[in-house]
Amino acid sequence: MTPDRLRAALRGVPDPRWLDAALRRVRTEPAAITRLFPAAARHCGRGPLPDLPGWTVDEAARALLLAALPADHAATTAEALYRYGDAAEKRAVLRALPLLPIGAACVPLLHDAIRTNDTRLVAAALGPYARHLEQAAWRQAVLKCVFTGVPLAVVDDLDGRADAELAAMLAALAAERHAAGRAMPADATDLLDRLGAGSDLTTAREA
Amino acid sequence: MRIFDPHIHMTSRTTDDYERMAAAGVRAVVEPAFWLGQPRTSAATFVDYFDSLIGWEPFRAGQFGVRHHATVALNPKEANDPRCHPVLDLLPRYLDKDGVVAVGEIGYDSMTPAEDAAFAAQLALAVGHDLPALVHTPHRDKARGVERSLAVVTESGIDPGRVLVDHLNEVTVKLVRDTGCWLGFSIYPDTKMTPGRMVELLKTYGTERMLVNSAADWGRSDPLLTRATGEALLLAGFTDDDVDRVLWRNPVEFYGQSGRLDLGDLDAPAATFAGNSILRGGE
Repeated sequence: MTPDRLRAALRGVPDPRWLDAALRRVRTEPAAITRLFPAAARHCGRGPLPDLPGWTVDEAARALLLAALPADHAATTAEALYRYGDAAEKRAVLRALPLLPIGAACVPLLHDAIRTNDTRLVAAALGPYARHLEQAAWRQAVLKCVFTGVPLAVVDDLDGRADAELAAMLAALAAERHAAGRAMPADATDLLDRLGAGSDLTTAREA
Repeated sequence: MRIFDPHIHMTSRTTDDYERMAAAGVRAVVEPAFWLGQPRTSAATFVDYFDSLIGWEPFRAGQFGVRHHATVALNPKEANDPRCHPVLDLLPRYLDKDGVVAVGEIGYDSMTPAEDAAFAAQLALAVGHDLPALVHTPHRDKARGVERSLAVVTESGIDPGRVLVDHLNEVTVKLVRDTGCWLGFSIYPDTKMTPGRMVELLKTYGTERMLVNSAADWGRSDPLLTRATGEALLLAGFTDDDVDRVLWRNPVEFYGQSGRLDLGDLDAPAATFAGNSILRGGE
């Protein structure tokens, strides 16, 4: 994702002049984002963005506002907006992180989101910025997705990063579910198969 | 019967309540910030509380098909503790949020100078943020509390049509009826107001600007008393349209003045993946 693609997808918002003015203002007066960020959904809308599947209008508009900040303000402002954001604002910050010149500075926000039980925040924490997340926390977050029914399609670079330890954790969950007479989500059993642990799972099912 | 409960403290209620409310027709609620039984001792704990009112609680409500909004304020009880005064400086940030549809609950508990100051300051915040105000009236010395509240409202310059004066009864309704403010009644199992008494009040004063809430919280209360009141009204000869006005259109009109009430696609699936998170989430 790039700011240009977000900008293009947002061409159809109901009040494009508000967004243009807000972006200009944030570039020259970074502190103004404190009030513009929460107001964005009221001016731009909250529905899905037809040109960008998986994004809503408010997420994209807020991500653009963050991307418009001067580079030296990006990390601290993202942190503050997340800290005081409602659930939709927090989600937008998480989705904007890969667009910002912040290195790994905002990894603590991912930890916070993964701790919540709001599945929308957990999902938003597992996008491309999660490449900065240490492997143990990443595995736990993937397992939490399976546990709470978040589709694994939200996890960026799932196959590149899934390892034997994650396979063992998923297989253990599958064994518990099997013992309880409950199903595993199909995307999780598919992942286990791809990780080569499928044969162990079959054994567990038949045992 | 579609029901909008304009005052209910869902933080104190269980998921069973959400299920029963949804089944009874409650499709939207406003949760005013108030105290939690145990007095708080710092502003930081209010931040977590406000975050929950605009974060976790709307998510939880959404799992049961109930739309959740909030009002945010330093309540009159805790306005008396200087350790909580910094909350006033935190409020502007929260008053910008999509889910915050009024400043409240503000008003009086014991009518102290500290309550005077917090009440006036927060009415000014309501004016400054172009938001309505929810005014709690005291349970002790209520009639004088209502009179004094109305004087403070007048002095603040806020449009009375943007003020809801709550917890009224047979005595205090008379003080508010002709002020232009909206009138709230909290239906409790046996104290503030009951369904039968509410029927009589609506017969006497009509349905205009009248709101009925359960004010359910951690005390003895019942989130289904809005529904019980609607049924009592129908039995007493009120029409479906009367009931819809009191239990749905009036609260929508009052809080709609915030410009932030979002009742679109109420029938859409809950904001979750595969509809299951907290429905079985604590496992």
